[in-house]
Amino acid sequence: MSMNLDMISLNSEFSEGTGLRTEEMLLNVGPQHPSTHGVFRLVVKIDGETIKESLPVIGYLHRGTEKLAEGLNYTQIIPYTDRMDYLSAMTNNYVICHAVETMMGIQIPERADFLRVIVMEMNRIASHLVWWGTYLLDIGAMSPFLFAFRDREMILELFNELCGARLTYNYMRIGGVKWDAPPGWIEKVKEFVKHLKKEIENYHALVTGNEIFINRLQGIGKFDAKTAIDYSLSGVMLRSTGVKWDLRKDEPYSVYNRFEFDVPTATEGDCLARYQLRMAEIEQSLRILEQALGQFPEEGEIMGKVPKVIRPPQGETFVRIESPRGEIGCYIASNGKDKPWRMKFRRPSFNNLQILPKLLKGENISNMVAILGSIDIVLGEVDA
Amino acid sequence: MTDLLQQSTSLWNVSMFIVAAVVLLLVVLFFVTYAIYFERKVIGWMQLRTGPNRVGPLGLLQTVVDVTKLLLKEDTRPKDADKALYALAPVLAYAPAFAVLAVMPFSETIQFADLGIGVLYYMALSSITVLGVITAGWASNNKYSLIGGMRSAAQMISYEVPLVMSVLGVILMTGSMNLREIVEAQRDIWNVIPQILGFCVFIVAAQAELNRTPFDLPEAESELVAGYHVEYSGFRFAMFMLAEYVYMFGMGSLVTILFLGGWLAPFGLDFLPIPGIVWFILKFLLYVFFQFWIRATMPRFRADQLLPFAWKGLLPIALVNILITAVVISFQNGTL
Repeated sequence: MSMNLDMISLNSEFSEGTGLRTEEMLLNVGPQHPSTHGVFRLVVKIDGETIKESLPVIGYLHRGTEKLAEGLNYTQIIPYTDRMDYLSAMTNNYVICHAVETMMGIQIPERADFLRVIVMEMNRIASHLVWWGTYLLDIGAMSPFLFAFRDREMILELFNELCGARLTYNYMRIGGVKWDAPPGWIEKVKEFVKHLKKEIENYHALVTGNEIFINRLQGIGKFDAKTAIDYSLSGVMLRSTGVKWDLRKDEPYSVYNRFEFDVPTATEGDCLARYQLRMAEIEQSLRILEQALGQFPEEGEIMGKVPKVIRPPQGETFVRIESPRGEIGCYIASNGKDKPWRMKFRRPSFNNLQILPKLLKGENISNMVAILGSIDIVLGEVDA
Repeated sequence: MTDLLQQSTSLWNVSMFIVAAVVLLLVVLFFVTYAIYFERKVIGWMQLRTGPNRVGPLGLLQTVVDVTKLLLKEDTRPKDADKALYALAPVLAYAPAFAVLAVMPFSETIQFADLGIGVLYYMALSSITVLGVITAGWASNNKYSLIGGMRSAAQMISYEVPLVMSVLGVILMTGSMNLREIVEAQRDIWNVIPQILGFCVFIVAAQAELNRTPFDLPEAESELVAGYHVEYSGFRFAMFMLAEYVYMFGMGSLVTILFLGGWLAPFGLDFLPIPGIVWFILKFLLYVFFQFWIRATMPRFRADQLLPFAWKGLLPIALVNILITAVVISFQNGTL
């Protein structure tokens, strides 16, 4: 079903009693609006401050990653994936490498696998920290944003040391990773884990118990498990309704099956539940990091045996992993050449966004930003 | 100063009034300039930043430069705006903010007008500002500013009620609406102790009246971009911004006078040769700092939770406070 702006009609009512004529109006939110987290545009029909209908307009950041990929060989595609979910580039790197490796049956050295898990979990934390900060900014609290960015900065510094980039890492390669951990890096990560464990408590002390904050989020943007599955939601959006589904646990990839961690779930399905889950996920990621750092192999290769030119065999494959936003999937159809015949990404931000008009119906405008924020979209990924 | 009011009009006392008004204006503008600087510094420190530090030593001239920039900017106006109202709104918001300062007794000697109904004067004038805000929201012909204007009207009018009610306890205790007498009545004990309920309600309602966090809904940046002044720029915007800070000055003075003992020295320190104005400024700065502290800590209220909070939360507490105060006073007077 396609929707466009012409389909929104505005009603006006005349009240005999008061002699007043009331009118619904269209409010254009974005693409340049402080709370749309990028270039997302939302056209809402409002009656007073109540949202009657809403229409998300996307595509302002569309760069045609999937089409571009058809003209590039596999290693060249990796930096393009950095630009999809730019808050969690490592998971994007991983999903394409994982897809090609699955097709070609490449074995990954243990050290490379550990490095991958470590950077992915760090990136998950960094991504959740950005979410935490910007979400609180949406809710109207300014300070948490700066605290979150201080701690995220530490992760970025560590990534910078590891691969020379702070945002678009281009770190993984098909068969392993590009750079080994520099001397002392693992210790620094351990220090960071300790630091963040303490900071998380401060975060909770500053925000989580705040009455205003809880009142704003409780019962807002509520949906149940069936709706979540019908809308193909994943990640925290799904887990907040009580469905325990985390690919790290349910379809373990890389070395995730070696670590002990919980999959936090909630049953409320509202914004507060999603907030609590993301905070709990940071703690679980820290747990995984601690174990991964403890078991990190002393030495070893960081690249597996990979042919000079990567030509996956003819056929198609689909892999999926757990990104901070949900299930990110990569579909590759190969005709045996060094470039994919067709490449498709299942982008969790895009799928999760689909439920927005349903959630916004009948809500207040101030809940609009709370609901949109709780979905945790990255526009680079929505538009790809 | 008050002697001048008693004299017949002459060139001398009229020019004295003009000079005094200009001096007050300059003092207030000086305060506003450095309140903004102070706010940015304090919040900067709370948020792991340094705050302004480029213009002048320690960034002390930052706000001066900012305001100058605003004054020099082109005066833009949306094409479809209501011209007259658009120009009038900032003045409506700004003028009462200054006018309320006339009755403030900053110390025993520094006061511009000693009105018998000082409290009432403040409340009455400050409620004019909401007209400026809603006019701005309407005249800009922008949907965001319209919503912002409506929100502020609802908010400021609702919170005025608990604000006034919370002051009634103090007025009952003093038996006067004169601000000077209210301060003098606090020689033994500051009103903040016996009127703690009223004080709490007042602080919360004042926060809402000032449109400051956690009640900054009218300009909720994340929802309404900038609320009622989204279309304003240049000196018109500067007027809105200054009005907001001048009100902070006014509200800070009012809290100091009503609850914190005005220019009186705390903890029996009145033997020290410190002028009353210093105590006044210290108490007042405490309140201003409290404002900044709240701003750095709190998230924002939601529009639909805001009004129930005023009517179902603050107002009953304020009424209970009046009842308790009245009963206690009648008991003391032996009339009960």
